[in-house]
Amino acid sequence: MQEKNRGLALFTSLVFLFLLGPLIIISFTSFEPGSVLKFPPEGFSWRWYENIFNVEMFMTTFKTSMFVSLFGNLLALLLGIPAAYALSRFDFRGKGILNGIFISPVLIPGIVMGFAMLKYVIVVYNLPIYAGLLVGHTVLMLPFIIRVIASSLSNFDFAIEEAALSLGAGRLETFFKVVLPNIRSGIIAAILIAFLESFNNVDISVFMTGPGVSTLPIQMLTYVENNFDPTIAAISVLLMILTAILMFIIERLMGLSYFTKR
Amino acid sequence: MRKTGLYLLLLPGVLFLTLFMVIPIVMTIASTFYQDGSFTIQGYLQFLTDAYFLKIMLTTLQVSLVTTIACVLIGFPAAYYISKLGPRKKGILLALAIFPLLTSSVVRSFSWMIILGKKGLLNSSLLAIGLIDKPLEILYTPTAMMIGLIHLFLPLIIITLVGVMENIDPDLLKAAESLGASKLTAFWKVIVPLSVPGLIIGSILVFVGSLTAYTTPALLGGKQRVISTFLYQNAITLNDWHLASVIATIMIVITFVVIYFMNKLATKLNPKG
Repeated sequence: MQEKNRGLALFTSLVFLFLLGPLIIISFTSFEPGSVLKFPPEGFSWRWYENIFNVEMFMTTFKTSMFVSLFGNLLALLLGIPAAYALSRFDFRGKGILNGIFISPVLIPGIVMGFAMLKYVIVVYNLPIYAGLLVGHTVLMLPFIIRVIASSLSNFDFAIEEAALSLGAGRLETFFKVVLPNIRSGIIAAILIAFLESFNNVDISVFMTGPGVSTLPIQMLTYVENNFDPTIAAISVLLMILTAILMFIIERLMGLSYFTKR
Repeated sequence: MRKTGLYLLLLPGVLFLTLFMVIPIVMTIASTFYQDGSFTIQGYLQFLTDAYFLKIMLTTLQVSLVTTIACVLIGFPAAYYISKLGPRKKGILLALAIFPLLTSSVVRSFSWMIILGKKGLLNSSLLAIGLIDKPLEILYTPTAMMIGLIHLFLPLIIITLVGVMENIDPDLLKAAESLGASKLTAFWKVIVPLSVPGLIIGSILVFVGSLTAYTTPALLGGKQRVISTFLYQNAITLNDWHLASVIATIMIVITFVVIYFMNKLATKLNPKG
C-alpha cells in the first residue's frame, strides 16, 4: 500500500506541475529583454512591464474593464441581495422557477449569451456599446452574487431577525441593522467572486466592442493575434497577482469550500 | 410577510433578467424559424446537410469528449489522493487547484502558445535532446485545443471530486477491509461507486464547458473551427446572423440535453438512492 501511495503522490505532483507549470513559465518569459517571447528568458528586464503603460489601448481597456466590473457589481448587488434574501427567507409558489431563472445565466453558453445580447440589447434596444457591456456583465454576475449570498444566508439564524422584529424594529431597519451585518463577509466574498468572473470574461465582451470600446481581455486577444512580444506575459503576471490577492481575501472571508461544493 | 413585499424584493431582478437575458435568448431561438416573414427550418437543414458544418460539429464533440475523458482519468486519482491528506496539506493543494481556475482563460491559453508553438518550449526541448529532428506542428491543431481545455477544466473536476470524496465515511472503507476486501477492492467497491454522482456532475461541467468554450479554441485552434468560434465567425466576420442564431440554438439544445440526461443518470446511479 505504501508503494501505491507513493505512486499516487508522484502522479498528483505531475498533475500540479501540468496545472501550474505553464503559469510559472509565462511569469519567467515576462522578464525577457528581447522582443520575442522565449523560455528560458535571455536576461532580466522590466521593459515589457513598462510597455504595458505605453500602449494606450491597454490603459483604456483596463479602465473600461474596471468600470464595467465594479459598476456592474454594484447593480448586481442591488438586484441580487433582495432576491437572495427573498429566496432564502420565504417559501412561496413558483420559488423553484424563480431560482432557476436567477441561476440560468450560468447554464446558457457564454458565447450564445453574448451573441443574443448583441442582437437585442445593442441592435434592437439600441443601447450604446458601453451600456450593453455594463448590462451584460451585470447579468453575468447576478447568479454568482445570489448563490454566494444565499449560501451565506442559509447559515444565518432567522430567529435573530424575528427577535428584532418582535422587539418593535421595522422590517427595513431589521434588515440593515441585523441581517446585513451578519452576512457581511458573504457579501464581500460574493463581490470578489463576481468581480473575477466579470473581469476575466471574454464570451460576452467579445461581442460588445466598438470604436474605442473594448475590455482588457479582448484587447489582449487582439494584441496576441498581431504581436508575439512579452507584453501579454507581463500583463498576465499582473493579472495573476490580482487573482491571488482576491483569492486570499475570499479564503479569509469564507474559506474555499464555496469552490468545492457543487 | 405580505405578498407585495415579496414581489418588490424579487421584481427588479426578474425584470432585469427578462429584459436583458430571457427575451434576447428566446427571440434568438424564435428568429431561427422565421426568414423573410415566413416559417422556415432552412437554417437547420443547411446546417445538417453541409459537410463543412458537420465536420466542425464532429471536431467539437471529439475534442470535448477526449477532454472530458482525460479530465476524469487524470482528475480522479489526484482527487482521491488529495481527499486523503490532512487538512493543512489538503487546503494548500485545493488552493493550488483553485488558483488556475480563477485565472483569466486568456492568460492560461496564452501560456500554452508559448509552450506548444513552433519555436516553443516543447519543440526546442525535444529538438535539443534529439528526440525529433523537425518541430512538431501542435499549436493550431485540435490537439492543442484539447491540451488547453484539459488544462482549463482539470481543476474543476478535481475540486468537485474532492468535495464528494471528503464526504465518504472512512469507516465504510475500514468495514470493507475488515470483512476481507483488499485495499484495491475496497477502493473499487466503495470509493468509486460513491463518487459516481460527483463524477457525473464533474463530467457535465467539463463536457459542456469544452463544448462551449471560446477563448481556448480561438487562441490555440488557429484556423480549425469549433462550434463556438464558428458562431463568432458567422456573427461578426461573415455577418450571417441567421446562421449564427441557428448555431446558438443548437448549442443551447445540446447543453440542456446533456445536462438533463446526465442529471437523470446521476440520480439513477446514486447508490444512496
